[in-house]
Amino acid sequence: MSDDALLVVNGVRKRFGVVPVLQGIELTVRRGRVTAILGPNGAGKTTLIKIVLGLTGADAGCVTFDGQVLGDDPRPRAAIGYMPQIARYPENLSGAELMTMLADLRGTTATLDRELVDRFRLGSDLSKPLRALSGGTRQKVNAVLAFLFAPTLLVLDEPTAGLDPLSSSVLKDKIHEERERGGTVILTSHVMTELEELADDVVFLLDGTVRFAGSLHELKLRTRQLNLERAVAQLMREDMEAA
Amino acid sequence: MKTVAKVMKYELRDVIRSRWLIAYTGFFLVVTDGLLRFTGDSANGILSLLNVVLIIIPLVNVVFGTMHVYNAREFMELLLAQPVRRRQLFGGLYLGLALPLSLGFVAGVGIPFLLHGVDDSAQRSTLALLLATGVVLTFCFTGLAFWLALRIEDRAKGLAAAIGVWLLMTVLYDGLVLVIGTMFADHSLEKPLLVLMVLDPVDLARVLMLLRLDVSALMGYTGATFKTFFGSVAGALLAFGALLLWATAPTLAALHRFRRKDF
Repeated sequence: MSDDALLVVNGVRKRFGVVPVLQGIELTVRRGRVTAILGPNGAGKTTLIKIVLGLTGADAGCVTFDGQVLGDDPRPRAAIGYMPQIARYPENLSGAELMTMLADLRGTTATLDRELVDRFRLGSDLSKPLRALSGGTRQKVNAVLAFLFAPTLLVLDEPTAGLDPLSSSVLKDKIHEERERGGTVILTSHVMTELEELADDVVFLLDGTVRFAGSLHELKLRTRQLNLERAVAQLMREDMEAA
Repeated sequence: MKTVAKVMKYELRDVIRSRWLIAYTGFFLVVTDGLLRFTGDSANGILSLLNVVLIIIPLVNVVFGTMHVYNAREFMELLLAQPVRRRQLFGGLYLGLALPLSLGFVAGVGIPFLLHGVDDSAQRSTLALLLATGVVLTFCFTGLAFWLALRIEDRAKGLAAAIGVWLLMTVLYDGLVLVIGTMFADHSLEKPLLVLMVLDPVDLARVLMLLRLDVSALMGYTGATFKTFFGSVAGALLAFGALLLWATAPTLAALHRFRRKDF
């Protein structure tokens, strides 16, 4: 294990009932890089993310984060920021209340990273109850929550879904800056051009196994394609021909 | 413990502002006030109120609770990704729902009684027992709601199960007892009936209140058996004990589920 590995997934397996979702995932996420997890629907992306976050338990294998094996101890999660795909939070609470709630729960006294609040121009929206906000605005609040505690690892599940182009580019800029600062990001998205713009490394999941893991550049070389979308298509085509 | 209080604080803020809770409290205010005006004295008021309490509390708590837990699914996932233990998170979420619902009921029934006045001290303790029984039922059915919603992934099925539980415990249960009673009329039914009674928190609550009010006519089959078997005081203590068990058991089952669940 190289010492620039922040997160190591070792032989993780998971089945839901009789359906095997993850079948022995081996994966290393390197420090200071943006790693894109991609794969067709049902490949196991969300399940893998949920196992990393401790939302779902693995049947076998383990996840090591910053040298610690993740398990029942919730403390390592203090260094992880999570932006779920769907931002449906208590509708009578305001964004500001959600922010203080998480700060309260984490017991942090450090200054919070509220930069996105200004950049999204959330201002007065933060004091309104969430039910009064549009889906896009709620997604912005969701993004603010993930970046709030300047985490070592950011896990973003379809972060730009539902955002307008301006907000989407604000968020992408923020992800870039986070990486420049040495932060590590795990990202899923269905928009290939977006991943191409953001990702350093690519993990391609298919049927619960890792079909490709390496840098974006390596992926393009291997598949002899010029962009990510075609490279992924090529991987899927190879898989179909092999079957 | 501190984490439980923190989660509870924000959950409570959300629930207290919900229209459901306001409507629920308002309902009890109007009904209690109306009954007190119609019946004229607090003894009859409490008796009439009892049936409303026994039907409405289980219904609203199990249905609203189940819906609330389904709606809080993404919120739970966000909280689970924080450095917080699952057990404490559950405690906060559960109390954050059960406490405002209890408070809504106590305020809705209590305020009209305060305004109209309670006749004597015996009535006062009967009212206190009614409020306590209602709170225990609230905790019981909120716990059942958590358990159902954590157990059943599909919202529609979960909601149907919640209504099913309510129907079974409030309406179908009496019919079931009657059927068993007539089917085995030749046998001694005391002990099976007592077992049957302990299996239903709503019936326990009803018998407990009627023992206190001493209205044998409304006691029903199980209640009458219960009274002859244990007498009033021991019977009431036993019923209240069993009811407390009902207030905790579904919650503990839900906690057990919450700690292992794949979200």
